[in-house]
Amino acid sequence: MAHTDTAEPTRRDFLYIATGAMGAVGAGALAWPFIDQMNPDASALALASIEVDVSAMEEGQSITVKWRGKPVFIRYRTAKEIEEATAVPLSELRDPLARNLNLPDNAEATDENRAAKGKEPWLIMVGICTHLGCVPLGQQGDYDGWFCPCHGSHYDTAGRIRKGPAPENLLVPPYDFVSDAKIKIG
Amino acid sequence: MAGHSNYVPQSAAAKWLESRLPVISLVRGSFVDFPTPKNLNYWWTFGGILFFVLIAQILTGVVLVMHYTANTTMAFDSVEHIMRDVNFGWMLRYLHSNGASMFFIAVYIHIFRGMYYGSYKAPREISWILGVIIFLIMMGTAFMGYVLPWGQMSFWGATVITNLFSAIPIVGEAIRTWLWGGFAVDNPTLNRFFSLHYLLPFMIFGVVILHVWAFHTTGNNNPSGVQPKSKQDTVPFHPYYTVKDLFAIIVFMILFAWFAFYVPNYMGHPDNYIEANPLVTPSHIVPEWYFLPFYAILRAIPDKLGGVAAMFGAIAILFVLPWLDTSKVRSGTYRPLFKQFFWIFAANCVALGYLGAMPPEGWYVIFSRIFTAYYFAHFLIILPLLGFLEKPRPLPASISEAVLKGGSGTPAGATSAPSTK
Amino acid sequence: MSTMIKMVRAFAAVAVVATATPALAAGEPPHIERQQWSFAGPFGTYDRGQLQRGFKIYREVCSSCHGLRLVAFRNLAEEGGPSFTEEQAKAIAADYTVEDGPNDDGDMYERPATLADRFPSPFPNEQAARASNGGAYPPDFSLLAKARAAHRGFPWFIFDAFTQYQEQGPDYIYALLTGFEEEAPEGVTIPEGKYYNHAFLAGNAIGMAPPLSDELVEYTDGTPMTVDQYARDISAFMMWAAEPHLEARKKTGFRVMIFLIVFAGLLYFTKKSLWRNVEH
Repeated sequence: MAHTDTAEPTRRDFLYIATGAMGAVGAGALAWPFIDQMNPDASALALASIEVDVSAMEEGQSITVKWRGKPVFIRYRTAKEIEEATAVPLSELRDPLARNLNLPDNAEATDENRAAKGKEPWLIMVGICTHLGCVPLGQQGDYDGWFCPCHGSHYDTAGRIRKGPAPENLLVPPYDFVSDAKIKIG
Repeated sequence: MAGHSNYVPQSAAAKWLESRLPVISLVRGSFVDFPTPKNLNYWWTFGGILFFVLIAQILTGVVLVMHYTANTTMAFDSVEHIMRDVNFGWMLRYLHSNGASMFFIAVYIHIFRGMYYGSYKAPREISWILGVIIFLIMMGTAFMGYVLPWGQMSFWGATVITNLFSAIPIVGEAIRTWLWGGFAVDNPTLNRFFSLHYLLPFMIFGVVILHVWAFHTTGNNNPSGVQPKSKQDTVPFHPYYTVKDLFAIIVFMILFAWFAFYVPNYMGHPDNYIEANPLVTPSHIVPEWYFLPFYAILRAIPDKLGGVAAMFGAIAILFVLPWLDTSKVRSGTYRPLFKQFFWIFAANCVALGYLGAMPPEGWYVIFSRIFTAYYFAHFLIILPLLGFLEKPRPLPASISEAVLKGGSGTPAGATSAPSTK
Repeated sequence: MSTMIKMVRAFAAVAVVATATPALAAGEPPHIERQQWSFAGPFGTYDRGQLQRGFKIYREVCSSCHGLRLVAFRNLAEEGGPSFTEEQAKAIAADYTVEDGPNDDGDMYERPATLADRFPSPFPNEQAARASNGGAYPPDFSLLAKARAAHRGFPWFIFDAFTQYQEQGPDYIYALLTGFEEEAPEGVTIPEGKYYNHAFLAGNAIGMAPPLSDELVEYTDGTPMTVDQYARDISAFMMWAAEPHLEARKKTGFRVMIFLIVFAGLLYFTKKSLWRNVEH
């Protein structure tokens, strides 16, 4: 296009590049609202925490509550279950990490790190198999913990993966005992 | 569409693709190498602008659907959920609702441009007719889209418009009930309107392709109305018109952004922020501004069937416009009398629009009737007669000659060209 | 030919008359005075203090009859709103009870509201609201500032698009709240249980008793405690309730405008440069 003089092209090229760059920036900025609208909205984020009353639960009982659209298992474990879980040496675990969002990422998967702090009988976990997202069945499987019927993953009494295709221990969500009878999840 | 490309595939991959599906040469022939008259003025950019608005409406619409609920008990609240909770929801919704108005602003300019420069005349009748079809589908889409927020105007607009069909003799009542899926506008109506509102834009898209295909077969019209004679008369579409159209689109976006960000409810009606109530009609119901001229025609006729027939006739008459205009000269630039009548017709349409917003009483009714009569007279009496009565100015021999005579960019006469919608 | 041109001129004259004549037949709608609002114009923002005062009025006066069902308690602490702290918003929420459930026994129960809840309405449904208000229905406040408007005739509505006049809603609410008159003018009869208001759009008899009076709501920030000030504050609050993202909208709009204008400028010169060798 620029064949007549040599000084002009640089200025013109700069103009074309500036225009093109501006267009690219604009297209990028315009794309963001279209992408971000699919993220959780303000009303969904506001529901991100729930409070559960556990005053009526007795040893050996479990309840399942819904948190962020997912099942959360709350189990009041028996002494036998705790004993079983603490007896397992760490070296035998498939996943050595606690997967507890209340602890640092690198915490070890001891029973202490899995259960509620200072309230050992209480085990609170997101009831989603870490394999492909099914809901495991409670007090079943080879380790008396949870068993996922979809693809046969076995979890022990601390919700740790022991056998089967699942790669990780069941996730412990962020939670807090507001009082002895009330747990705030999220 | 193809046939204008001198594209020869170079790489092995391009050759492989081209011999199986010549999509590269199709696109190049239509939108890159396509020879376009070099004298198109800015009124011609509205085709590109309309394409942009169509895409913008489809994109914002598709994401709004992700949050909208088409159920009479939830529709109103789900729109408010979008406005209040969804990330950027207020922006997407205001862009979509104002986008409809922008679509009509652009399409009216586009239609009047075609009328002024005689773009409907042979050999471009098919392109024109397809354009009228697009306009009709657009009106249907806009109408059904306005029902979705389920406000008072949504509900009563839907009620009034669907009742138009009951004017049809014998089968009218049955058609109305069929449209409703019940005995009033209700949940089934909302659901089918939602379904069609999502479908029709893609039909518009399809007809747009045919519309473009048609005038790419005949070649574009241009402000002089004279067919290109040599290579001197045309330039390749890219980069000349891609960049010019893009510039026009961005300028149009300034107007769009003005409405969407600063006066987003200007085009709307306050009553639509009240949830639909089948027991109470708002005291003064008006359609969206872009339907007002047709609404005025509807109300001008003191007979139910007659009013409906006149309203649909006002659009239907556009289909036969290519055969009503008897002039041999295409462009209004060289038609001194037509030019004046064109502007009167444009003013007449604006006046009808104003009357459509006014209550149907007193002088308003009388003026509505006069202007409605003139609307039809323009097509049925003035245009056919003008071809015989008018003495056109001498036509230029070619586009290049027209350009040289006109001097700066636009041909004589077009400088004072359309300034209405 | 000249007769035809004459006809044309006549039509043109008619067109001008038709578009320029003000309302010929319809009854004159009440005149609504335009007010000053902090949120008007391209750089408008809500006045935090005003929104907080407006909320106080809503809570102490209006909320006994009018709902706010689309607004959530969390909104009170969100950006661009009255800017209560999260703690304050939680405390406000805790003062309201909402119905929840069913619990494990299958019963609905009441609990204090949380940030995630929306304002509970004073009446369970429209019928109940009418029954308690002499047949009148106190409208919900969530969208009222956008659902009401001062009437703008020709040609003012055209200018409004350019001057960005979008505050007809709050203008109307302010006019209504200050438009009560003890005595109806001569020739106007007000039915039993209705009140005369010269700004009311649907005829001059309104079902709502004058809700505000001087010193009714206690202000602690030194703002005058007058009906006029109350009317302004509650109108501003209602505008926020109807359009909570107004500030973000105008801020984004300004950035978009700047971008588009610069980009259009660049494209204009690019286009000019491309076309410089083409006679067109």
